[in-house]
Amino acid sequence: MIARHRRDRAYLAFLGHRISGIGLAVFLPLHFIVLAEVLSGEAALDSVLAFTAHPVVKAMEWLLLVLVCAHLIFGLRLLMLELRPWRGRGADRRGWILPGLILALAVGTLAMLGVV
Amino acid sequence: MTDTIPVRVWRGGDAGAFQTFDVALRDNQTVLDIVTDIQRRQDPTLSYRFACRVGVCGSCAMTVNGVPRWTCRTHVAKVAAEGVLTLEPLRNLPRLKDLAVDMTPFFDKWQKAGGTFEGRKTRDDAVDPVKPGSRARKAADAAIECINCAVCYAACDVVDWDPDYLGPAALNRVWTLVNDRRHARRSDTLDKAAQSGGCGSCHSQGACMRHCPVGLSPTESIAGLKRALLFSLLGGRL
Repeated sequence: MIARHRRDRAYLAFLGHRISGIGLAVFLPLHFIVLAEVLSGEAALDSVLAFTAHPVVKAMEWLLLVLVCAHLIFGLRLLMLELRPWRGRGADRRGWILPGLILALAVGTLAMLGVV
Repeated sequence: MTDTIPVRVWRGGDAGAFQTFDVALRDNQTVLDIVTDIQRRQDPTLSYRFACRVGVCGSCAMTVNGVPRWTCRTHVAKVAAEGVLTLEPLRNLPRLKDLAVDMTPFFDKWQKAGGTFEGRKTRDDAVDPVKPGSRARKAADAAIECINCAVCYAACDVVDWDPDYLGPAALNRVWTLVNDRRHARRSDTLDKAAQSGGCGSCHSQGACMRHCPVGLSPTESIAGLKRALLFSLLGGRL
């Protein structure tokens, strides 16, 4: 439940940016651990890679793509907010937030379906 | 028989509890009318703060159903859709008693942020002309109408998390000074905005611009400060 004073799309963008950032920070060490298995030989790497065929890992892959995309979009929004002077309506870039979330979900889903 | 509304009012300081009053509903009633009604008819010991009653002074700001507002400009009919009013003091400030907070930290941060104008000229000099249409003046004008009600300060989560954060109002004031060509200490003022707890702490959540009763956008002002500091850094002036 989001407290009443926080009920704004800009707060959603903040949450999305933070949560996706934390998710990516958790992923990166795991990613490096898997890559490091190369040093242990082909069999070790293959056994880890075989694990990635598991449906749960596939779902996590979709989540990872969504997180990367959301983090990129919300990061770009912040850069636009802070580096460009605000001019007229829409300068607060609230209009980017929901389309950004939808785009992130779409990119993740399309990538998993092998479309992009 | 007159309709009444249950009003939950915070009583006490930091340690306190809600007390419920039933208050008669009237046409065009504001939340400040409700508080005054309670104090005059039910409990004269209720403490709260107000002065102008018409949205000029900003002293009657409180938390109404979880949202910081000027109570004098808030109609009960518009905020009590669920048939109950919950009134608390402003968030992020020490609670003195009931609905009154201690505004000292808010004004101290205004000073700490360097919100004081310093001119270059004396009264014997000619008036320094300011072009109203200049980009800097327009930026200052867009932020200048702040009346220090602390609604933005109460709405801001970063103020809640970081006791050193100067807050939206003080930084908004700094932005007006940075854009005032008559201000003699622009560089110092900008340096102060870069201090720990300065504009870099803002997460652009936008609560200040959403809740500002005057319709100002401290988020925009703080973004402007971040931009000015970046250019200052790139120009080797920081």
